[in-house]
Amino acid sequence: MARLDLVGIEKRFGGVEVLRDVNLSIADGEFIVLVGPSGCGKSTLLRMIAGLEDISAGEFQIDGQRMNEVPPRDRDIAMVFQSYALYPHMDVARNMGFSMEIRGAEASARASRVAAAARTLGLDKLTARLPRALSGGQRQRVAMGRAIVREPRAFLFDEPLSNLDAALRVEMRLEIARLHQRLKATMVYVTHDQVEALTLADRIVVLNGGIVQQVGTPLDLYQTPANRFVAQFIGSPTMNILGVSRTDSGVRLANGAEIALPGLSGPVAELGIRPEHLDLADPATAPLTGTADVVEHLGSDTNVYVQVDGVGPLMVRQHGHVPLRAGDRLGLVLQPGQTHAFTADGRTVRA
Amino acid sequence: MAVARRNPLLTLGKYAAILFYLSFALFPLYWLLKISITPDQLIYTEGTALWPTDATLENFGKVIWQTDFLRFFWNSLIVSLAAAAITTVIAAGAGYAFSRFRFPGQKLVIALMLLTQMFPLLMIIAPIYKIVAMLGLLNSLSSLILVYTAFNIPFATFLMQSFFDGIPKDLEDAAMMDGCTRFQALRKVILPLTLPGLGATLGFIFTAAWSEVLFALMLIRSEDSMTFPVGMLTFVSKFSVDWGQMMAAGVLALIPSCLFFIFIQRYLVQGLTSGAVKG
Amino acid sequence: MTQVSTAPGATRAHQRFVWSHVIEPYLYLTPALVLIALVMLIPLVVGVSYSFQSIMLLKPGQAEWVALDNYVALWSDTKFWISLENTLVWTFGSLFFQFTLGLGLALLLNTQFPLKRLFQAIVFLPWAVPTFLTALTWAWLFNPVIGPLPHWLAAIGVLPEPFNILGDPDLAIWGPIAANIWFGVPFFAITLLAALQSIPSELYEAAEIDGASAWQSFTKITLPFLAPMIAITVMLRTIWIANFADLIFIMTGGGPANSTQILSTYIFTTAFKKLDFGYASTLAVALLFLLFVYAVVLLALRRRFVRL
Ligand SMILES: Nc1ncnc2c1ncn2[C@@H]1O[C@H](COP(=O)(O)OP(=O)(O)OP(=O)(O)O)[C@@H](O)[C@H]1O
Ligand SMILES: [Mg+2]
Repeated sequence: MARLDLVGIEKRFGGVEVLRDVNLSIADGEFIVLVGPSGCGKSTLLRMIAGLEDISAGEFQIDGQRMNEVPPRDRDIAMVFQSYALYPHMDVARNMGFSMEIRGAEASARASRVAAAARTLGLDKLTARLPRALSGGQRQRVAMGRAIVREPRAFLFDEPLSNLDAALRVEMRLEIARLHQRLKATMVYVTHDQVEALTLADRIVVLNGGIVQQVGTPLDLYQTPANRFVAQFIGSPTMNILGVSRTDSGVRLANGAEIALPGLSGPVAELGIRPEHLDLADPATAPLTGTADVVEHLGSDTNVYVQVDGVGPLMVRQHGHVPLRAGDRLGLVLQPGQTHAFTADGRTVRA
Repeated sequence: MAVARRNPLLTLGKYAAILFYLSFALFPLYWLLKISITPDQLIYTEGTALWPTDATLENFGKVIWQTDFLRFFWNSLIVSLAAAAITTVIAAGAGYAFSRFRFPGQKLVIALMLLTQMFPLLMIIAPIYKIVAMLGLLNSLSSLILVYTAFNIPFATFLMQSFFDGIPKDLEDAAMMDGCTRFQALRKVILPLTLPGLGATLGFIFTAAWSEVLFALMLIRSEDSMTFPVGMLTFVSKFSVDWGQMMAAGVLALIPSCLFFIFIQRYLVQGLTSGAVKG
Repeated sequence: MTQVSTAPGATRAHQRFVWSHVIEPYLYLTPALVLIALVMLIPLVVGVSYSFQSIMLLKPGQAEWVALDNYVALWSDTKFWISLENTLVWTFGSLFFQFTLGLGLALLLNTQFPLKRLFQAIVFLPWAVPTFLTALTWAWLFNPVIGPLPHWLAAIGVLPEPFNILGDPDLAIWGPIAANIWFGVPFFAITLLAALQSIPSELYEAAEIDGASAWQSFTKITLPFLAPMIAITVMLRTIWIANFADLIFIMTGGGPANSTQILSTYIFTTAFKKLDFGYASTLAVALLFLLFVYAVVLLALRRRFVRL
């Protein structure tokens, strides 16, 4: 098991800067999830930890030891690839035992470790098959098995579930959560999927344009995003953003309604409110009024796209079934204490 | 495509075309075979008939047992196999470097390799002769092996590169994470997957070496180390009327190339052209 | 945060960088580079230097620098000019038929019909036949004693009587050209077929829905898509054919009366039979120069007419 430290890590491809000044301490046994839009450098960061990509500047340490120049094979880290990267010419058992084979482990030790891993993953009947004779989910398990067999100091996952269908994804997500509980190993996991990130992570790292935006527990990111990017990236449906102007006691919306934000200091240009933090109210008294544009009845929830008078479109999510139809007039209130204030350049203004 | 489906005239034209290409490709080879099995006494009377009235394998027997062809054949086999094997190994290394690394000087190296494909090889026949003579290697098969190997490396390299390019880089990364050095990853994971590519390259080079004449004529003058083409040309100019035997020898010369061709045939369109446009 | 260790790490990082970005790739490349340099590039330079020397193996001990004498001789060598003209006939005669027949074959192979795989194997076969054998076979086919071609040609009235065209100065060049066509059609078919197969079939379907005729799809979709591939293939092939001496050397040896002598066979016979390495190298440099000019012109044309 291991602690991973990234100190001022940078990455350049030729002249292009892909990652800038990444600082991150990953505790022993922690489950860290990297999220961010496509092309923000998640895979690159993961591959630098793995040793597959040079580190342009800064230092990467495992348990306090500098690792920059250590080749992948000597880092004792396992990686599960998005493409699975199973060796097509080796059967499942040999795929899983390949790392031990390379390190010259005894055949009997290898066989028992492979068998144990296969049992854990429900692959015991498939060990003699070639990868091409496996389904997508089975291949995914073999890829995980290959990592488990090694009993490495840390696991890296690069979007391991993105090639699976929705049902299988949920199942494998649980599998990974169980694996983490059982092995208590340090894990770094890259994903596009919010649900995966929020359910698996001890802490989430949000990357954008090669810069770490925020590091925190899922709840931290949801409740106190560091900036507008994180606020909009975490949480689904996406947070509504309204242009506002500053008043003495709070802010004023475009339709003139004033919202008191006690204790707030400094300039505020935008106000964020999550769809689930807007409530329906009587149009006669509510600070915001509008017309329902589209109504989605999901059963457990109702999503309403509202054209708010003098403000613009807002999305509202109500728990349970709400008998609304497109064209209905409605009023909205903001739940107190659930708004997020941002400066013009997108930084969060805290009370 | 949709074309031939509709118009019966076009369909007819299509099958006429198929027939034309088939007979154009096969006829010369058929003729070779035909004359080689025509008995000597019938050659002059039936030389130009489409079909011999009698057939014999006598010519093959004579070629194999009464002439030096067996030795020529053997020499050619050694030269072609050695050149093909060495070229393939060396080109696999170079193709791998092109496929997996970005390194300083890469463009220059590629340009040099392309250059060797463009200039007339005959340009270096004189210098090569002098160098080989200086080294005392005239009439030795090893000089031919060396020359053929070098000639074929550029093409084989581009070919191998296209095969390596077809193998996902993730596999190597996975192998390196699993504890392999880069070379181990190449040997244990990449090469086994490139086996068909290695085979195809081997086949191309073998075929090329098997049919090379001009350098062989220049560098080999003693009967003992003549390759098949050189031996056959000498034979033709010496016994120019022994048609049946000459053609029997020709049929024999065809065998190894055809074997390799059958093997590499299915890689032609996909493999050859994906990486390189050369012949 | 932990402390970043300093200097020694930086040098190690540099070493690792140099290793994996410079040394390691060249380890894989070195054998290839060494062989190419030794057997091709150095002799190439030496060959060019020969063209400024008088080197005749038959008169040893007389190697000397003669400045441009060889080139002056070349200018007034009628055989050189004849060979140049023959080279043009040989190259473009072969190329035209190889290309048209090759394109036809590629289009044919891009359709579906029974036993197509077998057909493909058979029509590609000539490409695998050793060149010397192709040459001999075609020489025999043109021989009236054992070959049918003269009789057929006479029967359809092309020849007044069945004789060997390889012995007729006016017609001889068409013998090797025929052999070259036979041998070269598969190459064009293979390259063009690969290019054809890379054209997305949705394009044809869209054109069909839009009401395009077969001929229109061919000229509006197929040809424009093939154009870049055609340009590059034709250029490489021209150079290759112009350099290709084997067929002619074996079939006619350049005769009769130099009527089939092309530059590359002239180079070879000068080196091989006369052992006059100086003049052979001069001819080779001239050929190289002409091919270079050709390639430059064609590339310039392509940049103008084919948008890539
Ligand atoms: N070998 C390379 N050379 C140059 N640029 C590269 C290279 N590899 C990646 N990049 C660039 O680095 C950036 C980050 O790439 P990376 O693969 O890490 O993104 P990512 O966050 O994993 O995206 P995705 O979610 O789509 O997988 C991208 O802009 C990419 O174009
Ligand atoms: Mg990625």
